[in-house]
Amino acid sequence: MNQEEKLSRQKRIRNFSIIAHIDHGKSTIADRLLEATGALTEREMKEQALDAMDLERERGITIKLNAVQLTYKAKDGEEYIFHLIDTPGHVDFTYEVSRSLAACEGALLIVDAAQGIEAQTLANVYLALENDLEIIPIINKIDLPSADPERVKKEIEDVIGLDASDAVLASAKEGIGIDDILEQIVEKVPPPENDPNAPLKALIFDSLYDSYRGVVAYIRIVEGTVRVGDKIKTMSTGKEFEVAELGVFTPKPEPREELTVGDVGYLTASIKNVSDTRVGDTITSVEHPAAEPLPGYRKMNPMVFCGMYPIDSNQYNDLREALERLELNDASLQYEPETSQALGFGFRCGFLGLLHMEIIQERIEREFNIDLITTAPSVIYEVEMTDGEQITVDNPADMPPAQNIQAVKEPYVRATIMSPKDFVGSVMELCQMKRGDYADMQYLDENRVNIIYDLPLSEIVYDFFDQLKSSTKGYASLDYEFVGYRESKLVKMDILLNGEKIDALSIIVHRDFAFERGKAITEKLKDLIPRQQFEVPVQAAIGNKIIARSTIKALRKNVLSKCYGGDVSRKRKLLEKQKEGKKRMKTVGKVEVPQEAFMAVLRMNDE
Amino acid sequence: MSEYRKRLRALFFYIQKRLGFHIMVESVYLHIPFCEQICHYCDFNKVFIQNQPVDDYLHAMAAEMKHTVQRFGARSMKTIYVGGGTPTALNLQQLEKLFESIHAVFSLKENYEFTIEANPSNVNLEKLALLKNYGVNRLSIGVQTFHDGLLKQIGRDHTRKHIYSIIDQARKSGFENISIDLMYRLPKQTIDMFAQSIDEALSLQIEHLSAYGLQIEPKTVFYNQMRRGNLRLPSEDEEADMFELLINKMRKNGYLHYEISNFALPGKESRHNLTYWNNEHYYGIGAGAHSYVDGVRRRNAGPIHHYINLIAEKKFPYREEMAVTEQEKMEEELFLGLRKREGVSKRQFYEKFHRPLDERYGAVIYHFIEKGLLETDGDWIRLTEKGIFLGNEVFQAFLE
Repeated sequence: MNQEEKLSRQKRIRNFSIIAHIDHGKSTIADRLLEATGALTEREMKEQALDAMDLERERGITIKLNAVQLTYKAKDGEEYIFHLIDTPGHVDFTYEVSRSLAACEGALLIVDAAQGIEAQTLANVYLALENDLEIIPIINKIDLPSADPERVKKEIEDVIGLDASDAVLASAKEGIGIDDILEQIVEKVPPPENDPNAPLKALIFDSLYDSYRGVVAYIRIVEGTVRVGDKIKTMSTGKEFEVAELGVFTPKPEPREELTVGDVGYLTASIKNVSDTRVGDTITSVEHPAAEPLPGYRKMNPMVFCGMYPIDSNQYNDLREALERLELNDASLQYEPETSQALGFGFRCGFLGLLHMEIIQERIEREFNIDLITTAPSVIYEVEMTDGEQITVDNPADMPPAQNIQAVKEPYVRATIMSPKDFVGSVMELCQMKRGDYADMQYLDENRVNIIYDLPLSEIVYDFFDQLKSSTKGYASLDYEFVGYRESKLVKMDILLNGEKIDALSIIVHRDFAFERGKAITEKLKDLIPRQQFEVPVQAAIGNKIIARSTIKALRKNVLSKCYGGDVSRKRKLLEKQKEGKKRMKTVGKVEVPQEAFMAVLRMNDE
Repeated sequence: MSEYRKRLRALFFYIQKRLGFHIMVESVYLHIPFCEQICHYCDFNKVFIQNQPVDDYLHAMAAEMKHTVQRFGARSMKTIYVGGGTPTALNLQQLEKLFESIHAVFSLKENYEFTIEANPSNVNLEKLALLKNYGVNRLSIGVQTFHDGLLKQIGRDHTRKHIYSIIDQARKSGFENISIDLMYRLPKQTIDMFAQSIDEALSLQIEHLSAYGLQIEPKTVFYNQMRRGNLRLPSEDEEADMFELLINKMRKNGYLHYEISNFALPGKESRHNLTYWNNEHYYGIGAGAHSYVDGVRRRNAGPIHHYINLIAEKKFPYREEMAVTEQEKMEEELFLGLRKREGVSKRQFYEKFHRPLDERYGAVIYHFIEKGLLETDGDWIRLTEKGIFLGNEVFQAFLE
């Protein structure tokens, strides 16, 4: 390709991503775009083609980013190259979203025609605006009887301040509006502008580990050109590699000799560790390095920690291998070995947020077949000791005795809750109850309110989201960002089973709520732990003082007293089921404790 | 083990196989899947009798009996058990047809036991005379409770009066071995109500009593009520109290608690049911019936039409055939055998499996002796008084 062809090609590139709230139809629209541009034949077309992992498809969320190259023959007769960059749709992954948006010039904003804008969408729109993206509003699901596109248009104009007069009215399910979307992408999304001959700047917006090729980095070329065989380095680490393979996804990977400005694709270079290709980092050439990296790179630190233990202690090594494997693909997952008196050998793991934690947990159980005990999630506390020493505590069991503590600080987040105005009262009550500090409140229109509170992260980690959903009939949505550490009156509460302190059940609570929480936890544990062959007292204690107690009564009858006649296999199955249930329990002291009990603190307010 | 003993064992197996000891079958179960009313707790294979091809079904059963005996050989029975469903929902002609075909195929050993399940509401002197005439010598009567309110609520079509009447008629017809079924942990049943039922049962001087704790099974009225949150059952503690009360009352009145759910006057234990608990072989005839012959457990097709068609097309109606492995046989020996008050005999275990019980399960047994759920008595291992209540805790430990 000569210089002129290159520039002409660059003018026909359109890079965009899709912003949408869960369930507003992002995956379906993506599927339709792939279909309409012939990227997938019908035979290859699976529902929601972009969400590769089973888990993603099941939960209807995107965890890992994907990028696809599509070719579209527009009405003007030209053939355009589209890069669709998929973004994860959850608050735990805000940073990843911002980096994939940084790889685009435009974004499709999908809003459900019946439900309107949600907090999460708004947060991502702001991220897109920060990255100077051209935003194309799309009102989806107009086929629903409850659809009200005019109201949603007005909402987009009032709340976001975007001109929605050209908004595409679509129904991805029915295939309505797909052509309009494609044309608007051509018209409105600007082509990439930089110089293909400048020093290389490629933005890493995702990476995954492949056991044959090493790390596969997903990149967007912002400036310059990269070729197979080039010597490259990542700018935050300075580590050097030689490019082994370049390519694009169509969505099948297709190798290319070079990638140039505007191209979105993948790069391999015998990189062994995903932490060498962290999201947001810039790849440049060793020979002609760029002077400055691309802006916005941050190393993401885990916010939420929990202990993970194999129920069967023989699986400790399997668990370590599982974590090693997952870490290959997930630079934000942290873990280190830890020992619990109650649970034996396991790992303390750090996650970006609760969803991230649940996903990792499920993948370990599902893909690696390891039954896990997970302790209740905790945040990192900063503790100032009476002797002046500063320590951090990510495991409640490690909290020093109260008399040695001068002060404890905990992480706070600024939470933005978007809610219909009828629920403002209950939202504020909830925030107050969760030790929130009121920050601000904005009316978005006559119906919807943004309520802003500073809240301890630990309260969010507990059950804030569930409670928010239940106190607003599911209408409120939540977004939050870390704002810093603040001092709180925190104490460690221990739980004793059968008189024995169970370190894995210890939690950090606010002193003013300790009694109430202790009572709730002991009651909950009483319900979650099945009866044993002896009576088991359940106690909550602060230091040596018992503050709450319940009792699990002794098991009195467990014997099949029904006549199955000659159906012996049914008797066998029943016994096997009971035995299977026992296997999923951990014997702590003499008490058999099911997995759920270790998460009991999270489920205190289920009733 | 020495080479010599290994050889001896191999020889023993060989002789056993050649002599055909392994196909010893002396019990047969026959299933009549028809009912005039469906009980709210019942998940056995059953249908409303109206508009059912009852005669075709009895015909198919006759064929299955014939084919079974042709295939497996054994025709001389120690015990025959006709269960359901509701066998007494059949009319006189149908009962006659059933018994004719039974006697055409099977002969009865001396001192046999021939049981039929009887429903209090559809038995009369005429039917009883017919049963007696065909050699039935034991009645198992589905009483469930003597409380009219509860009977109605669990979907039974009889009343307390029917129970007294059927037992009176049975005695007059010469039946000397009568068993009744009771249920506990029924919705709204109190301990006093259950105590009352036991007392009434005792006053009738029956020979045998089975008492079953209600289990809520899918595809029953109770299951659906429970899912809608409309079923209030006695608590776990109340259920245990009921079981305890039952055991005490029965023992005090001279009944042997010979199996977890079964009580009998000495010599009146259900020999048919002992076949199951002794892990012995049995034929199973009829829709949905289970059999255990020659080390293979089989399950017949359940739906009536399906059963009839299979018999016509393939002679045998098997839906599932499972060869029981040696390991499973040992497990079954234990989880079935320990249901009996006498327990499991180490000597018999050795005779069956050619290895000492302690060699295979010593650690588990010791563990439960420590916990007070098992005890040994010479050659026997059995559940303790406490162990009877927690049998499943013990049984499952023997599973691989």
